Amino acid sequence: MTQFKDNDSDLQQVAGNGLLHRRLFLGRGAAMLGGLGLFSASASAQQGPLQIPQWMLEPGAHMSGYGQRSQYEEGVQRIVGGAPGVSGSGVSFTPLQNLHGTITPNSLHFERHHSGVPNINPEEHRLLIHGLVSRPLVFSMDDLMRYPTVTRIQFLECSGNSFNNMLPEAQQAPVGVLHGLMSCSEWTGVPLSILMDEAGVEPEGDWVLAEGADAAAMSRSIPMEKIMDDAIIALYQNGERLRPENGYPMRLFLPGWEGNMAVKWLRRLKVNRDPTMTRDETSHYTDVLLDGRARMFTYPMAVKSVITSPSTGLNLNSGPGIYEITGLAWSGAGRIRRVEVSADGGASWAEAAISGPALDKSFTRFRMAWRWNGGPATLKSRAIDETGAVQPTRDELVSIHGERSNYHNNSIQTWHVAENSGEVSNVYA
Amino acid sequence: MFMPKKLVIVLFVFATMPSNAQEGAGLGTPISQQNLAPWDISIQPNGDGLPPGSGSVEAGEAVYMQKCIACHGVEGSGGPYDQLVGGQGTLEQLQQVRTVGSFWPYASTIFDYIRRAMPFENPQSLTNDEVYALTAYLLFENGIIDEDDVMNSETLPEVEMPNEEGFILAYPTDKSMEEMNEI
Repeated sequence: MTQFKDNDSDLQQVAGNGLLHRRLFLGRGAAMLGGLGLFSASASAQQGPLQIPQWMLEPGAHMSGYGQRSQYEEGVQRIVGGAPGVSGSGVSFTPLQNLHGTITPNSLHFERHHSGVPNINPEEHRLLIHGLVSRPLVFSMDDLMRYPTVTRIQFLECSGNSFNNMLPEAQQAPVGVLHGLMSCSEWTGVPLSILMDEAGVEPEGDWVLAEGADAAAMSRSIPMEKIMDDAIIALYQNGERLRPENGYPMRLFLPGWEGNMAVKWLRRLKVNRDPTMTRDETSHYTDVLLDGRARMFTYPMAVKSVITSPSTGLNLNSGPGIYEITGLAWSGAGRIRRVEVSADGGASWAEAAISGPALDKSFTRFRMAWRWNGGPATLKSRAIDETGAVQPTRDELVSIHGERSNYHNNSIQTWHVAENSGEVSNVYA
Repeated sequence: MFMPKKLVIVLFVFATMPSNAQEGAGLGTPISQQNLAPWDISIQPNGDGLPPGSGSVEAGEAVYMQKCIACHGVEGSGGPYDQLVGGQGTLEQLQQVRTVGSFWPYASTIFDYIRRAMPFENPQSLTNDEVYALTAYLLFENGIIDEDDVMNSETLPEVEMPNEEGFILAYPTDKSMEEMNEI
C-alpha cells in the first residue's frame, strides 16, 4: 500500500468516508502532496547513517541473451489451478495484486487450457482456410509473416473470470484469484479480413469455425461479421512472439469478446453457413438463467472494474492516513468513460482519476486518494463505458442468473476494511 | 463469329482468373478438398461433415467400458470427470445437473466432441464406428434413443435432444452492449 502522511485538513473531501478530490493525482496534484510533506518515509530508511551497498563495490553481472527479473521478485507467480490428475486442463490466474499499470507481463498472462499446452514446431504448423470459400488456402508461418499487421493494446478476459464471486459465500482470496482470468497486452497480427478476402468468402458464409492445434482441438464458431471487422491472427504479444501457453505460433484475437473464442494454436478456419454448435459454445460458455434456460453466444465482455489495492491481503497496515485506491477498468464495447469509487458501501461516489488515455477495449488504470480514518470502510468501484453502460451490482446479476452462472460476471467488487486493523476482506454487500 | 486469334487467348486468360484475386497478397497455397480432408473434422447440427460408418448401443457400451468408464463412471454417472447421463428435469432447480442428456442441445456435438477430444489421453484415436457407437450408447443411457437404434450419418442428425429449446441466442438478436448490460 502507498500511504501518505495525513496532516492537511484542507484536502477536499468529495464523497463519504474520506474520498479526496482526484486533482491530487492529476498534474501538479502529486507535487502538492509532496510539498505538504504528506509522503511518509519508511521506517527502514530512517535507521542511522547510510551504508555503501556491496553491489557498488564490485562490477555487476554480465549482459544476458534473455532477461530475467530480480531474484527478489521471484515470488510473483501465476496462481495455478486445474483439474486434479489431468495434465494441462484448467486455469492459472494473473496475480493482479502484484502488478501495476495496464500491461500484463507475458510470463504472467492468465492461462486457460482444455488439454494442455502443445509444443508446436512453427515450421510444421499450418493455417487452413476452407469451407464456403472459392479458394481453400493453406498458409505457412513464413507466408503469414509477410502480410501487413496491426498493433493494438487490448484486454483478454475469460468469460469465466470472477466466477469465485458467484459462490454463495464470499471467498477470501487475493484479487488475482478472484479476478485474474484477465490480462492486457499489446497484440500484433494480421487482419483476418485480408486472408478471408484472399480465399474468397461465399455470400452465405456467415460463420467461421476456429479450431486449435491442441489435443482438445478446441473450437468455437465466430460470426463472419466479427472476423471481417477487427479479428486478427495474433503473432506477437508485447513485442515478442506469442508464448506457447498463449497460442504460439498463432492465435485468433477478437477484441472485446470472451477469451475462449480467441482460439490458441489456431490451425483451421472453416467458413460455414451456420454455427457448428461445438461443445464449448453449447454445454460450456453459456449463461444459465433463473428459469433454467441459458443464453448462448454472449460474446462481448461487458463493462467492468475492480479495485486491485486495497484488496485481500493488501491491508492498511500503517494506520489511519491518506492512501491510494487503485484498480483496473475495461469494456468490450469500447473505451472507459468514467470510473467512480465509493468508500461508504455505495452511499456516495466520487470520480476517480484515469491514468493516461483510456484505450479502446483495453485496461484503464484508475486512482483515487482516500483518507482512512481508522474506522470501518466499504470500498467499491463502478465503471461506465463510452456507450453509457454502467457496471451492475452483484445483486442485479443474481436477480437474473441466480448464483448458477459462472460466466460473464461483471458485477461490482466490494472490499471491507476492518476498523483499526485495516484488514481487507471480500464481501457481498 | 470471327475473332482475331490473339484476342481469343486474352479473353480466355481473364475468364479463368479468380474473381477477386487482387484483394490478397496471394501467399496462401491452394489445397484440394482431398488433401484438407484429414483436418476437416467438425460436424454441423444438420449432419454436414459426418463420415461413413455406424455404431450400435451395444458396441458403444463395450468401448465405454474399456475407454471411458474410469473418468465418467458407471453408465455415465460421473467419476472424477463430467457426469454424462441423467439430470433431466433439474435445470430449473438451484442445483442443476447438466449432462449430455439434460443440457446439450444437439446430438451432432456428441460425435464432434468425442472424435476431436476423447479419450482425454488419446484424442483422435477412435475409429468413426467407435465414435458412432459411443454416441449411440450415451443417447440410449439418457433415454433419448432405443436400445436397438443405430447411429450413422442418416440417423444422428434426426435425433432431437430434450433441451434443444432451452437456449436463447444472444447473437445476433440482442448483441448490443446496452441489451447485454440490461439482461
